Amino acid sequence: MLDRPAYKTLVLGVGNTLMGDEGVGVHVIERLLAGYKIPEEVQVLDGGVLGMDLLYYLEGIENLLLVDAVEAHKEPGTIIRLENDEVPAFLSMKISPHQVGVPDMLAVAKIKDVYPKRLVLWGIQPEFLSMGLDLSPLISSKVDFLVDKLVEQLTGWGHVIK
Amino acid sequence: MTRIAIDPISRIEGHLRIEVQVDGGAVSDAWASATMFRGIELILKGRDPRDAWTITQRACGVCTTVHALASVRTVEDALGIKVPSNARILRNLIQATQYIQDHVIHFYHLHALDWVDVVSALDADPEATSKLAQSISDWPKSSTDYFKAVKDKLASYVSSGQLGPFGNAYWGHAAYKLPPEANLMAVAHYLEALDWQRDVIRAHAILGSKNPHLQTYLVGGMATPIDPTSQAAINADTIATLQGLFRTAKEFVDKVYLPDVLAIAPFYLDWAAIGGGLGNYLSYGDFPQADGTPWLPSGFLLNKDLSKVHDVNQEKIAEHVAHSWYSYDDEKKGKHPWEGETNPNFTGPKPPYKFLETDQKYTWMKAPRLEDHAMEVGPLARMLVAYASGHERVVEVVNSVLNTLGAGPEALFSTLGRTAARCIETVIVAEQLEPWTNELIANIAAGDIAVHEGSMWDPKNWPSEAKGWGHTEAPRGSLGHWIHIQDQKTLNYQMVVPSTWNCSPRDSKGQVGAYESALVGTPIADEKMPLEVLRTVHSFDPCIACGVHLLDVDGNEINQVSIDPVEKFTSPLLKVRGAR
Repeated sequence: MLDRPAYKTLVLGVGNTLMGDEGVGVHVIERLLAGYKIPEEVQVLDGGVLGMDLLYYLEGIENLLLVDAVEAHKEPGTIIRLENDEVPAFLSMKISPHQVGVPDMLAVAKIKDVYPKRLVLWGIQPEFLSMGLDLSPLISSKVDFLVDKLVEQLTGWGHVIK
Repeated sequence: MTRIAIDPISRIEGHLRIEVQVDGGAVSDAWASATMFRGIELILKGRDPRDAWTITQRACGVCTTVHALASVRTVEDALGIKVPSNARILRNLIQATQYIQDHVIHFYHLHALDWVDVVSALDADPEATSKLAQSISDWPKSSTDYFKAVKDKLASYVSSGQLGPFGNAYWGHAAYKLPPEANLMAVAHYLEALDWQRDVIRAHAILGSKNPHLQTYLVGGMATPIDPTSQAAINADTIATLQGLFRTAKEFVDKVYLPDVLAIAPFYLDWAAIGGGLGNYLSYGDFPQADGTPWLPSGFLLNKDLSKVHDVNQEKIAEHVAHSWYSYDDEKKGKHPWEGETNPNFTGPKPPYKFLETDQKYTWMKAPRLEDHAMEVGPLARMLVAYASGHERVVEVVNSVLNTLGAGPEALFSTLGRTAARCIETVIVAEQLEPWTNELIANIAAGDIAVHEGSMWDPKNWPSEAKGWGHTEAPRGSLGHWIHIQDQKTLNYQMVVPSTWNCSPRDSKGQVGAYESALVGTPIADEKMPLEVLRTVHSFDPCIACGVHLLDVDGNEINQVSIDPVEKFTSPLLKVRGAR
């Protein structure tokens, strides 16, 4: 039973904002919220470092738009777009409950039947992953671009973003 | 001889790195290291001691609430405050809920994959799985159709994945022993546990206003109002909701968790002789009762000797730094937390490195010792101290589990013993939810709705100098906070957390810590897939976010360690292949 409004689309920024570029997903979400009026059928969520707890927010949605730092073995700052099954979904071995992972969450979403109809990930290869609240200048300079891409995608899914 | 390093990158700061030496198919030596550090204690200096709880509980989002509880108790100890009965009960209920949720999640979502081969579940016969499930429990979700649906779902998921969905674990490893039906049953319960925990933890939202990081602690008691006539307070409706959640909690523990542990354990009885380690066990005791004594007793054991429970004297705790990246004037000696110092002295290799210099300093963890002994803490330590102290219910349940498995008490000193003890503790803690709630109801019925003792709230009433020690048994083990208050401000604050004990490095005498000791002798079937090391480390429920706590203010020398050499340990940072 859902005890929250039913959304059609979830925009989920994940990452640890204490670890430099690791938190880029959350920074993008914040910029999106500050710059645009989001329609009521869209939920924009700072997923922080939550893992399985995010499953709840997938219930009932059709579209999931993820934004995260991504290890793609590319040059720092490289923008990556993946959709649907291109986004890895697997259960992995962990050493502690702190290794919460988006792939684990998506794997369980598939098995539990709450995997969204459409999934798009906008990611970026991070530059620095050391303790600190700020993004590196390089990654910071790409935030607006990612925000534009999110808006474009939401518009493509039929939402009116102003 | 091979050296293996297991060093995952964790999304939350505070990493655990394990290095083991493998000799003739078994671990011959082991080192536990925390490779990053962080700072909570320095933030507290100069602040109002009444605010410390809300800052310290941010040390971790997994064992939420435990630092809040230890912190309010610390300041209450310093100022001589006794909290009202209702506050004591509310704290116990929150803590008990934390144990139950945390232990179940640990078992199904972290530890079970060490024992359960998910891919093997695809070979299970749903009808035989149903028979197995019904033979061990009357839990209603056990029909052939139910297990067939889970299996189909799993199969369609496996076949749909483009990236080899299960490629990132050790599926098929020779050390997995369960038949396919037991694996399928466990996968079903893994999924059920997700929904269950989401319900159960609502008790924290009710008692703490939010979860994680409850907001209702207060030096002197609780800020959760009790008022039978108010909708915005603990009233008859709230209590009925809590009772429902507590029943849900207990039912899953009795009908799923315990039967699963008892069904899985017989396949892994060899692990009752592996992973024992130090044999020294510490519990501060917790869940204070009306008479002031803790419901789970305090004490420590040495050398696996259950015949003698020693008294804990916190003044005999000292932290050593001979192998830790800190400096003391005299590193041959430890320091008590009230005199605790945190002078960083990083001497480790510059990342990326292959192995740590373990003959020198090699971790950000200090080495705490009690009367010069390294200690293991956690559910096994608590259950053993309670067992040795003659705690009636603990003795009963421990003996019943040992009888079922056909094992003697010596089986408890092991990796399997740690896993079984966590389950036993969950069972007996879940039984207390009802009587403790009834205690609260009786107080309210008698007109006692006090939740806060406020006579020492105003700093004007405080002495100019005060020292305090607060302790709790967090789900992962003994947690202590120490404060030195001067002129109404925090002069010094130190935390010795469960993983500082368990993940301790060698001390100034070269005595190893709990992980390091437990890993020695662990058999390793495949050096590229050290599943066996994970089993023992996981049995402790490692969680070191709060174990290393000094902010790296200058920044740069401690960078992220490069991605571990064992590729199977994935970074939560999304790794993709063939990205465009």
